Amino acid sequence: MKRLAKWRLISIFAILSLILSGCGEPFLSTLRPAGEVANMQYDLMKLSTFIMVGVILVVAIIFVIVMVKFRRKDDRIPKQVEGSHKLEIIWTAIPILLLLLLAVPTVSATFKLADVSPMDKKDSDALVINVRSNLYWWEFEYPGQGIVTGQDLVVPTDEKVYFNLISSDVKHSFWVPAVGGKLDTNTENVNKFWLEFDSAKAKEAGDLFYGKCAELCGPSHALMDFKVKTMSRDDFDNWVADMKDVEEPKIAETESAQRGQEIFNKSCIGCHAVTPANGTPPEARRAPNLTNFGERSRIAGVLDHSEEDLKKWLTDPEKYKPGNLMTGSYSLTEEQINDVTEYLMGLKVQE
Amino acid sequence: MSTYAQKKGFGATLWDFLTTVDHKKIAILYLIAGGFFFVVGGLEAVFIRIQLAVPNNDFVSAGLFNEIITMHGTTMIFLAAMPLVFAFMNAVMPLQIGARDVAFPFVNALGFWLFFFGGVFLNLSWFFDGAPDAGWTSYASLAMASKGHGIDFYVLGLQISGLGTLIGGINFLVTIINMRAPGMTYMRMPLFTWTTFVTSALILFAFPPLTVGLVLMMFDRMFGSNFFVTTMGGNTVIWEHLFWIFGHPEVYILILPAFGIFSEIFPIFSRKRLFGYSSMVFATVLIGFLGFMVWAHHMFTTGLGPVANAIFAVATMAIGVPTGIKIFNWLFTVWGGSVKFTTPMHWAMAFIPSFLAGGVTGVMLAVAAADYQYHDTYFVVAHFHYVIVGGVVFAIFAGTHLYWPKMFGTMLNETLGKITFWLFFVGFHMTFFIQHFLGLWGMPRRVFTYLPGQGFETSNLISSIGAVFMSLGVIVMLYNIIITSVKNVKVGNDPWGDGRTLEWALPSPPPFYNFKQLPLVRGLDAYWLEKMEGKKGMTPAEPLGDIHMPNSSILPFVIAFGLFVAAFGALFNMDDKAWSVPVLIIGLLITFGAMFLRSVKDDHGFHIHKEELMEDDNDKGVKA
Repeated sequence: MKRLAKWRLISIFAILSLILSGCGEPFLSTLRPAGEVANMQYDLMKLSTFIMVGVILVVAIIFVIVMVKFRRKDDRIPKQVEGSHKLEIIWTAIPILLLLLLAVPTVSATFKLADVSPMDKKDSDALVINVRSNLYWWEFEYPGQGIVTGQDLVVPTDEKVYFNLISSDVKHSFWVPAVGGKLDTNTENVNKFWLEFDSAKAKEAGDLFYGKCAELCGPSHALMDFKVKTMSRDDFDNWVADMKDVEEPKIAETESAQRGQEIFNKSCIGCHAVTPANGTPPEARRAPNLTNFGERSRIAGVLDHSEEDLKKWLTDPEKYKPGNLMTGSYSLTEEQINDVTEYLMGLKVQE
Repeated sequence: MSTYAQKKGFGATLWDFLTTVDHKKIAILYLIAGGFFFVVGGLEAVFIRIQLAVPNNDFVSAGLFNEIITMHGTTMIFLAAMPLVFAFMNAVMPLQIGARDVAFPFVNALGFWLFFFGGVFLNLSWFFDGAPDAGWTSYASLAMASKGHGIDFYVLGLQISGLGTLIGGINFLVTIINMRAPGMTYMRMPLFTWTTFVTSALILFAFPPLTVGLVLMMFDRMFGSNFFVTTMGGNTVIWEHLFWIFGHPEVYILILPAFGIFSEIFPIFSRKRLFGYSSMVFATVLIGFLGFMVWAHHMFTTGLGPVANAIFAVATMAIGVPTGIKIFNWLFTVWGGSVKFTTPMHWAMAFIPSFLAGGVTGVMLAVAAADYQYHDTYFVVAHFHYVIVGGVVFAIFAGTHLYWPKMFGTMLNETLGKITFWLFFVGFHMTFFIQHFLGLWGMPRRVFTYLPGQGFETSNLISSIGAVFMSLGVIVMLYNIIITSVKNVKVGNDPWGDGRTLEWALPSPPPFYNFKQLPLVRGLDAYWLEKMEGKKGMTPAEPLGDIHMPNSSILPFVIAFGLFVAAFGALFNMDDKAWSVPVLIIGLLITFGAMFLRSVKDDHGFHIHKEELMEDDNDKGVKA
């Protein structure tokens, strides 16, 4: 008896883990919604799935009956039935009703998700972030705060964050699956939407959500990832203040890093800025801002944030992100790369 | 014995097919060419699945992967699915309406050769610095940024083959309107003819927007215009609209004939007339009409705003209604029938749950706000493979087995057919079902690889293994075709025993003039009606007389070949190659010269005399 209970328990755990794994990773999956937008979309998914499962059941029952019951047994000719008005009215009317049931929440959610009116209000204290997509990296500008960063989007939790989206080169699409559906970054117009990051769910995801480019944009489309760091509003304000403190490029500390800084100032600064208040017009910013590079979660969006990986990246970026625009724009010796690596890893704004 | 059926050498047969204007031979050409491109597109699919079987794979490079996915989509849609569907339309529709051929046999051949040379041109891009790599949708900003000539091959190749499709569509429309046998009213037409009719109308209205888009892109890339250059005031969203105003009807252009084929199969193998015939016709027309009202659901995340998104969401949901009507009508056709599970019936029955799965995810995708999550993920990949493979490809397999005896006079092996079915069916669901979840778990589509640690590994591997089963299914089918062709056991008029429509009243394959005397059609399922009254064949609607037939001609081949040559000139003119302009001119001279020749040469065709037709009859008497 006891053994049986144990087995039962194990099988329940097995099923539970299966169901949980069936929902994907908390930092990435649309089935683990971590915010108001994703929640709304998840509810719609569930509603439409339930309705559709109902339809599938009806069809399945009829299907099984016809499969089993009407196999040819003799050579008789069955009655030639023209049709049935009653049946046809039933299977026209019921789907219409079901679709209406689905259409109403769809329309309402579509309008709710498109409501960005607080962005345009004067003196609104809504947080607005300008997202600019580039071949194959992301820039995040906080116009109200006057800072620019790249690759790692930093956001406060439990409030609506508004986004302006545009692309510098070809069309991309901005997507943080666990937090909400995507919106394209077009080349000709600014698209706007909002997201909200739930603090409890963010904790489950380790305060780091995965973001993706969802529109084919060239060879490294698959590698155009970004990350979203979530923090409380207070921490966010601190982060903003720390970022703003960097008014001049920080002077490197160690000797090797200082050499690295010199090399950086010769070879890299033409594209990469290291101060957050970027005076360059948005269209002319050719590479990610590196002010807080030492605190980022990934190198180039995909490699681990380690010195070793940074050296690999600087040695042969084409290998890790084919088609990127940094390849071939500089030439550094191995020693120089070591120095630059030390310099870059030291670029931190928070203590 | 007439002179037309003599044994011929390979050269003579080849010449026969190059010059033929007979709809049945053109159907075989479409079947061979479409089948070839289907295998090419299938190989590309296999490469995709090998690359994605494990994370961080380097089977193909990132750039090459984008070329493969682009060519897989483009090939499968334009060069495999459409021609294969056209093969059945050509083979069967004229027989079903009791016609001796299509309205314009010469133009029919021209349509095929244009498609063929367009397709060959597009695929030759592999051998000239790279295939197109901006996806089959070729969104303008990426297409304009694409280096090399891939996109130019796409733009020119699709214009040529699209012209062929457009010509074919118009030809079918005219044929169905004008050439129905006496008594064949619109509401007595078999469903496959109806779907051919509606599909052809869709082609007529859907292909011009594509051509406009392609021409604009051609001007941008070749002559430096700025339709899609944002910095010069161009707009790339216009490409999206043009492409999808074509692209959405295009999927109905594919699926409606598939519906037609299944609407033939269910009644034949259930021995029961199609349930709710008139509502089936109505649903077909309605789907065709609504097909033009929903294109922006492919652009929900483009940022058209909530008003447009809401309207297109509701319009898209509406398509679920007529499609649902069809599903239930098919099921109730089988209900109460006497069902024989032949190979075509296997495909038809499997189509219902498979397509239903694609249909319900279609409705889910129509929920605009939720689509922001599905869009451009593997969920969408799963959805459209469920409708296109589960609908169109299943229909092509079913149609191949069903109509093979009518087209070639011999049956495909049923056992091998069922093995093909089970391998492909299992492989298909294994490959694509799991992809719904990959999408929901956050995997975007068109990614050449994925990093480990995101929960994608196992599912992608399962998906890739499924592709192996699908490939095996296709290989068994090819083997089936070869061995049955070698054996070549001849069959009679109605090899399935329960044929209902006119094509089954004719010998397999039918004589080149189809009907000695045009048949009198007395109702829906004309041949079935006669059979039920104990008659062996159709009652003729006219006395035996001379039959006027068109002459064969090499000109359609030459016209299309000229454009093929000219396209090379146009393409390499971008590199300022000295030889490009002469090549362009020579190509156009060939095309227009052949057209001129066609215009000035009086070609009255020929007559088969009454006496010869009677001789044919006697021949048969002796054989039997």
